[in-house]
Amino acid sequence: MKAPEFSYVKPGSLGEVFDLLNRHGDRARVLAGGQSLLASLNLRLSEPELLIDITGIQGLGGIAVSGQMLRIGALATHRQIENSAEIARHLPLLAQAVRNVAHAAIRNVGTFGGSIALADPAAEYPACAVALGATFVLAGRGGERRVKAREFFRALYETALQPGELVTAGEFPLAEAGYRSVFLELARRQGDYAIVGLAAHARVAAGRINDARLAFLGAGSTPVLAVRAGAALEGRALDAQAIAAAQATLDEELELPADLYSSRATKLHLARVLLGRALVALAA
Amino acid sequence: MDKTVLTTLTVNGRIVTRHIPARQHLSDFLRDELGLTGAHTGCEHGVCGACTVRVDGMTVRGCLMLAVQANGRKVDTIEGLSDSGEIADLQEAFHRRNALQCGFCTPGMLMSAQELLSSGPDATRDEIRAHMSGNYCRCTGYQAIVDAVEEVLASRRGGRK
Repeated sequence: MKAPEFSYVKPGSLGEVFDLLNRHGDRARVLAGGQSLLASLNLRLSEPELLIDITGIQGLGGIAVSGQMLRIGALATHRQIENSAEIARHLPLLAQAVRNVAHAAIRNVGTFGGSIALADPAAEYPACAVALGATFVLAGRGGERRVKAREFFRALYETALQPGELVTAGEFPLAEAGYRSVFLELARRQGDYAIVGLAAHARVAAGRINDARLAFLGAGSTPVLAVRAGAALEGRALDAQAIAAAQATLDEELELPADLYSSRATKLHLARVLLGRALVALAA
Repeated sequence: MDKTVLTTLTVNGRIVTRHIPARQHLSDFLRDELGLTGAHTGCEHGVCGACTVRVDGMTVRGCLMLAVQANGRKVDTIEGLSDSGEIADLQEAFHRRNALQCGFCTPGMLMSAQELLSSGPDATRDEIRAHMSGNYCRCTGYQAIVDAVEEVLASRRGGRK
């Protein structure tokens, strides 16, 4: 299908963007990489009057370490994340995750900020951000504010963004010594939407797992931090019983809604399998 | 704020200036306005890969880029890659290995393959498959396509083109 008719503007400053958003409200949509937005327009899932292309605005890109934090600009593309030496070194969880984002042609154009703002339940970055304790920088006419990832994702496609606000960056604490990360995802075909996935980040020492942050994607409307699984592992030697104890907590904690392809029972089984694999990989 | 935007882009080395409707995606512009029908529209939501072209040296889904977003940018289509000889070895291998039947997916396959060959010359067969999984084929069953890409990868690595 073809997209409906709309107007297009490419402002040069954030101030202009905020004015336009204020004037047009929800009849305008923000365009960055467009890899989700343009698909939804082609499918006529939404019919905005105006697209505001923000890719010409300075200062929204970049991947850089600043003190004990790594900042990813909203306009950083998946390709840039994939090729980033800083991310490979300081945020290996993201480096693993990005390889699962769609396919090369989409990674060349799609952006970090777009993925966060859309908050698709099967998206990789939201789960990584929750597992890593990231903070998002939101900007609007009134100024800038920061929201922790765990509080940012509210409901299905619903985030803490207020009308007229943009995500401008993600701030990730640098991985501390002793912490390891594993990102795993199951999909029918490489690059497909995940059936279920897991972003796991934990401190590993002498075969024991501590402070395990296990964020599932595709398990609910938003990323789900499996707190009980983490608690079941805390300080324990990672043996078959510890893994089984952690896996047993998932039924209660993960919603795992059934869809066209997978029943809840299937997704629960897959989530348990992923958790087992991730824990073994973390402790290896 | 216009529904039509004056846009200048370079297509296969030639500068093109047009008033383009904002809603028109790059594939439709290339096909309908410029007669470059090598890029095909299959799904129009980014998953089938038949619309894949190259913008500023990177593969892009033509259906997920507005033509007006190509302003100031350099677009290469399969026609350009073919005419320049850049993918002559790939085309020959596809032909010899029967890696195309109806040909609908083929321009996109060649575009994606060429990007892998340029960026990942040491790719394993599994890595080839993972990279090419963004392009659907309904005819061949894929093996011949992977074989052709694998063969060209090896021959380019060996220094012969």
